[in-house]
Order: sequence, then structure tokens, then C-alpha cells
Amino acid sequence: MRYLPKSPSDREAMLKAMGLRSVDELFAPIPAEYRLSRDLKIPRQMAESEIVDFFRQRSRENGDGYTSFLGAGAYFHYRPVIIDSLISRGEFLTAYTPYQAEISQGTLQSIFEFQTMICELTGMEVANASMYDGSTAAAEGVMMAVRLTGRRSVVVARSLHPEYREVLATYAKHQGMPLSITGYSDDGRVNLKELEKSITPETACVLVQSPNFFGTIEDAAAIAEIAHKHGAMLVVSIAEAVSLGIVEPPREADVIAMEAQSFGVPLGFGGPYCGVIATREKYVRQMPGRLVGQTVDKQGKRGFVLTLATREQHIRREKATSNICTNQALVALMVNIFMTVYGKVGLKELAKQNLAKTAYAAGQFAKHGKVLFGGAPRFNEFVVQTSEDPYAINGRLLGHKMVGGLPLKKFYPELGNAALWCCTELTTRSAIDTAVGLVAESERSVRSAKEEVEEVAR
Amino acid sequence: MKHMTRKATRHVNQNEGLIFEKSSAGKAAWKLPPLDVPEVDTAKMLGASERKDLGEMPEVSEIEIIRHFTRLSTWNYAIDLGMYPLGSCTMKYNPRVNEAVARVEGIANGHPYQPEKISQGALHIIKTLSEQLIEITGMDAITLQPAAGAHGEMTGLLMVRAYHESKGNARKKILIPDSAHGTNPATAAMVNYAVENLKSDARGMVDIAALEAQMNEDVAALMLTNPNTLGVFEQQIHKIADILHAKGGLLYMDGANMNALVGKVRPGDFGVDVMHLNLHKTFSTPHGGGGPGSGPVAIKKVLEPFLPTPTLTVKSDGTLGFDYNRPQSVGRVRAFYGNFGMFVRALAYIQANGPDGLRQTTEDAVLNANYIRKGLEGTYDLPYSTPTMHEVVFKGVRTMDIAKRLIDYGFHPYTTAFPLIVPGALMIEPTESESKEEMDLFIEAMKSIAQEVEEDPQMVLAAPHSTRVSRLDETAAARKPVLRWKPAAAPPEK
Repeated sequence: MRYLPKSPSDREAMLKAMGLRSVDELFAPIPAEYRLSRDLKIPRQMAESEIVDFFRQRSRENGDGYTSFLGAGAYFHYRPVIIDSLISRGEFLTAYTPYQAEISQGTLQSIFEFQTMICELTGMEVANASMYDGSTAAAEGVMMAVRLTGRRSVVVARSLHPEYREVLATYAKHQGMPLSITGYSDDGRVNLKELEKSITPETACVLVQSPNFFGTIEDAAAIAEIAHKHGAMLVVSIAEAVSLGIVEPPREADVIAMEAQSFGVPLGFGGPYCGVIATREKYVRQMPGRLVGQTVDKQGKRGFVLTLATREQHIRREKATSNICTNQALVALMVNIFMTVYGKVGLKELAKQNLAKTAYAAGQFAKHGKVLFGGAPRFNEFVVQTSEDPYAINGRLLGHKMVGGLPLKKFYPELGNAALWCCTELTTRSAIDTAVGLVAESERSVRSAKEEVEEVAR
Repeated sequence: MKHMTRKATRHVNQNEGLIFEKSSAGKAAWKLPPLDVPEVDTAKMLGASERKDLGEMPEVSEIEIIRHFTRLSTWNYAIDLGMYPLGSCTMKYNPRVNEAVARVEGIANGHPYQPEKISQGALHIIKTLSEQLIEITGMDAITLQPAAGAHGEMTGLLMVRAYHESKGNARKKILIPDSAHGTNPATAAMVNYAVENLKSDARGMVDIAALEAQMNEDVAALMLTNPNTLGVFEQQIHKIADILHAKGGLLYMDGANMNALVGKVRPGDFGVDVMHLNLHKTFSTPHGGGGPGSGPVAIKKVLEPFLPTPTLTVKSDGTLGFDYNRPQSVGRVRAFYGNFGMFVRALAYIQANGPDGLRQTTEDAVLNANYIRKGLEGTYDLPYSTPTMHEVVFKGVRTMDIAKRLIDYGFHPYTTAFPLIVPGALMIEPTESESKEEMDLFIEAMKSIAQEVEEDPQMVLAAPHSTRVSRLDETAAARKPVLRWKPAAAPPEK
């Protein structure tokens, strides 16, 4: 086996040194009746070339070469080449969690820089080293608020990513955290009147997403005011990190739970991504996950260590703030490099391009179909309502090697034939025009079919 | 320092500040293509939501970024540099073909919501890996959704709870041996189970009499790591399972130490009802400085209705798809389908190994650990004389200091002070990835340090001596946390 560094004679020499005749003797502690006396039923060893062929074949069956208008919590942005050059260095790729600080300064310093940039972008004071993803970060952010307020119930915006809501429901179910859902207004934002009514003296926090699942930017200040007035916290989920380049962060929030996938992380069919939690300094001891802090060595030289570990499972066991151990470190490094490449000016310009492409696309779609939620600002997603079922429209788009917007029927049946479209800096005008053309065609044919029916009826 | 090491030599490494200290206005590492749609007036579009300033975000050039992170990388130890004997962490070689295939265009850029019709490649990967992990564990069904081991534990216990609830009584507590990982009790708490400690016997195994005494209808499950964190295989494993099953409880296996078992014995065959795997341990996906991981949960048939949604299904036309309609499911534990990129890597690893390679891998992992045990047993104290599998635990009063001194010899330290049942534990897991030469160097280093502890304890206490920073003040770091960089305060205005 090509990954194993021993020759048969090495193995023999080692067995001899131990006074053993066969390696089987080392497995003697396993009761004989359970030992496997056959080969595992998996395919024979494959050559590297065969493995590469296998996955190239799978790639061809997997939307390779399609132009996509999908977003909904997973965004297709350009990934600068140096991200993979740098994260492929074995010293980053094949290192463990940096518990031994003296020989982990590279990982530790890079996490410290990551925490700093996340703070700058979110307007928060502290950020952790990462969580699994945006959905679990949101759930853990809510659990933080529950611990901090001593209250248990949670008000969740219906405009939060539906799968994030599902994950929160799973986490909350056995922790005695009742959830209630608050709806959205005609402008796609959280309905503030309804929100005010859903908050009770038992409400630990309000959880909203901004830009929300429809791409609409929430009025975080107004939501925070209502939550705070009732002694509840505000947890804001940010699923589209690129928005932070041009959209004011929800500085009034108490906890921000992010999905940073947009910052240089491949779509990868849904993972691995990079969750992160940011909050105020005074709440840091209730934060889940790893934190890197600055300190000095015996000579007074600056260095970095994992710190405040008394919050974590390996110290506190069942009293820990979370059971999280392994996080998303290498993905956080991708995010870190992406933020460094674009920086102060680039992130803004990048976000502006997303805004411009989306404004153009929404404008074009509005000429033929109905673009919902026009009353509030949006970032790079918008909802288009059509006469025809979006699944049927998307079926025709597929023929043009295009993936249309995400049909919303499954998540929001009340919106009818609606789909969530996304444009990023990588979406070309010609792709937008083609998609708009196909939607326009669908609208025309539905209209003429309807006119025909009406004519017959007359 | 008389004992000089054959493995490592000091060499110059570059100093490097924080990236913010290199920033200056006007430098850039990015270039966007010209916009092919009309520009927009952001103030008009966003109104009060428009962001004006990005604060202290850096402005640097590409060469500076390359040097910055390359320099940082050289300050890390890594498997690629040498043995990484962290017990219970399974720091094995991360094959590079895994990285290459995870980056093939259609795999790296697949959107989780693209139509199933054009997702057959990804679904095929999920199905193939699922089937192979089921065969390897001897279980009946699996979910790949959990993002890491602890997340898998949570998913597994949620299913345990749902199973008991379906029988009319969720039960109250989880039994956890005193040698368990901290994630086990932390997870039980998240699923609202009380934790009851289970003692180990004199051989380092589950105390059967204690288990019999503690087992009753309030116990939902026992969470057992097997081999346990001492590296000891629970020889009475079936008896343990029988005791649990007789009172309606379930046996949960923490699969952290599965590297000792693959191809030799299957948890499903010895009575396990539910278990998680760590793809980033046993199946070679890189640790990446702390993650990402992947924590599939394999189960017996009785737990199948409770799997998280969605599950993979073969549709009537033979194509693959997801099934969201599962009324008894515990729900969703993560958005989308899990850390798919890790599935790709783990499958590539299994393909490269085949049945004979996986078995040889396990045999070598156990051979290596026992070779180190034999090499060090006269020098360090073995708290338990019971035979061990893929890792070995010694005890010593100065485990942390010996660990730090090991750094000077060119090795990453072993796991210190764990498991908790061994005071001053030195927990060593070499994995199969080490050659005889590397392990001989390790044994030599450990023996040499044992001598240094006797001859020059002060020198050992001050170790490491060869790193770019010496021991860091962790107390100060925790007392007054500095968790982010801030610009130096501007000089007061005159």
C-alpha cells in the first residue's frame, strides 16, 4: 500500500524486537468471534490515475459547465488563486489544532488576524476562530443569548434561511427553548408590528438574517430597539459575507452569527464552509468555540495562544458552553486570505459589482415578471414571481446550460410561483439577458394561452 | 544540553509582523474586470444601509500576502514534517490525490441547490461513501450530515432520544466512562441528558459489576470509546452490550479510535447500536490546524426512522435524489448535506487502500504503537499493563515538560494529561504513517529526555529551547484577553 512506509522486513524486525511471531498476536485482545476473517466488501486498491478518472467522471455528472443563478446561503464568487497555493502548504494543511503554541505560531497568528478582520467587518468586539457553518453558528448564537439572559424562548424571523430555522429547531428541541416565528411585510423585511407582539418577558433573543433569505437588507436598528426594549437580545445571521463590503453591519446586534463561505470558499455542494460568531467583549465568556489571544513568551516576545479554554468541553465537560471541538480552521484560513487580498478597498468594490449586477438583473426581470419586495434595499438576491411554475422555467433554462433561481414553493408556499435569483460579480450581462429572455418567453406564452382560453370562454 | 538530536537541526526562519502592520493606503492585491452593466448609485440604492468605511481592513500587495502566509506557515509543525504522535487524534498522512480530486471543477463548484438531475455526480459520491462506511463499520445505515465528531455525537444522541421517545420514555441519563473525551459529556448535556460517570476497572476497562449496578430503565445509552482512550479494546464488549440491551438501553460507540479496527473487526458485529466516525482521523482528511472535520453517524436498523433529513434515496427512474419526507426524523443538524468536500477525500482514501490496504493500515498502526510501548516501557511507567492497540498511555509527573522538550528533538508532543484517569498521562498514537526509522528516533528522544529529567531538570523545565518563541504566558492571556489587533493609539493632539 503506497501510503505505508514499511517494508516486509521492517515489519519482521519490529515484531522480532517485541518477541512476536505475527501481528495477529496484537489483535488477540479482540474476542475471536468478532474478528473479521474475510476481506471488507469494497473495491480493490485503485491506482492514483483511476481515482482521478473516477472523480472526473463524477464531476461531469455534476453541473460542470453550467451558469448558475443560485444563491440562498451558498454563493459563487471568484476565488483568488493564491488561496489554494497558500492553504496547500503542508504546514497549514497537515497541522493539528494549535494546542502546542511554540510550534503552532503560524496557525495561531493567522487566526488572530482572522478574528480581527471579522470584528472590523461586523462591527463587533470579539470573534471566535470559527464554527461549523452559518446554520450551526446561528443556533449556537441563540444558545449564547439564552445563557446570557437567563430566558428561554426565541423569536425567529420567517425570512431567516429555512434550513437555518430547521437546524435551530433541532438544537432547541431538547434544551427547553420554545421557538416562535415572526413574519415579513410587503417589503420583505421583518414585520415590526408582528415582532413587537411576539416578544414576551420570556424572550431571550430575536434571530434575524440580513441580508435576509430574500436578499433584502433588514432594518437592524429598528429590530434591535424593539428587542432591547423588552430585555431581549438581537442575534443577526449574515449568510452573504460579501454584503459587508457595502452594507452597514448590524452594529446594534448583541451576537452576529456568520457564514463566511462567500469569502473564498468553494461551493463544494454545501460544505465545508466557515461559520463564525462575533459579539461584544462583555459576553466573551459565554462564547462557544476556540479563541486565540495575544500574550508574551518568557523573553517578552509577542506570541499567540488558544485562550479562555475554561469555556470549552475538554476542560468543562458537561458544563461547557458548547460541545464543539474540531472547527473549520483551514476554511477560516481561506476566508482570512480572501479578506486580506481584497482588503479595505477591494471588498467595497467587489460588493458594488454584486450590487450593480443584481440591480441590472432585477430591473430586466421586472419588465417581464413581478419582482417582489421592491420597497426595501437588497444586496445580491431578489425574488421573481412568474405566471408559470419556476420548475418548468428552470427545466428550459437547463437546456441552455443554465440553472435558474431557486423555486421557493417548498419553503414559502404563500409566494406561489416565486424563485430566488442571485447575481454576483461573476454573473455576466449576457447570461442575465438570456435568462430574462427565457422568463419573458414563458410569460408571453402563458399570457397568450390565457387569452386563448378567455377568448373561447367569451 | 548534552543529548543532541539526530532528527532536527535549527535553521533560520523569517520574522513577520501582523498583516495590519504591513498595510498602507493604495496597495492592492485585487483587480476586478470592468463592469458590463450600468454602475449604480449605492447611496440611492441602499440609503441608510450603505456602509461608508471598512475600518482597519488591510491594504497589501500580492507578494506581501504570499510571503506573509508562507512565513507564518514555517512556524508550524505538521505531519508533512514528521511524526505527530497525538493520542486519540490519529494524525496520519493526508494523501495529495484527495486534495486534487476535491478541486475538480464540477465537484468544487457544485451548488447544493442545483437540480438533482445535474447533481448525480455528487449524489453518487455520497452513496458510494455511505455504502463503504456501512460495510467497514458493520452497521445498517448512515448519515454523513454532521460536520465533526462532536456534531456526530449530538446527532447520534438525538437519535437515541428519539428512539426512546418512540417507545414512550425518553429516559434520563447517559453513562460515560471516566476515561472519555470531554465532548461526550458536553454532548449529552446539549441533548438534555444527565451524565453519570462509569468507573474503569484495574485493567483500564469498563467495570462490568459497576455497569450492572448502574444500569437501569433511566439509562438511555452508554457512550463508549472502543478501543478506549488508553488504547485498550473492551474485551467484554458483548457483555456490555447485553447488559445495556437487557434493560432497553443502547450502546453508543465513539469512533475516535476506529483506526485500530478497520478491516479487522466491525462495531456492528459486537453489539454497537449507533456510532460516529471521524473522517479527519481514520479516513485521512487533513486536520488543517483544527478543522474541517466530518462526523458521519452509522446506526442499526432500529434507529433508521430517526436519521436527520434529508436522506439519500434511489428514485423510481434509477437516479439518485434526496428524501425530505421523514416524519420521525430528528430534523436537520446542518444546512445542506454536510462537509461534502471531506466525503470526496475520504472516498479517495478508501479507494487507494482497498480491503487489503485498509487491513494493512490498521495492522501497521497497532504494530507501531506496540513497538513504541515496548521501546519505552522500561523508561516510562505504564499505568495499566493490559495489552493496547493503536495507542499507548504512560504516566509521568512532568508530562507537559517532557512534551515541551520533545519539541527540541524535532517531534510534535504526544497528548498530555489525558485521559483524566491517568495522572500526568503521556498518550502516544504514532499511526501507521511512521517508518521504523522515525519511531526509533522518537524512542531515542524519549529515552534521552528521561535521562535529562534526572540530570538537568531545570533545562527540561525551560524547554523548548529551539523554537522562535519560548513558553508563552497563558495565564496573562486569559486574565486580560487580547483577542484582536488594534491600531496603536494616535499621539495626543497638541
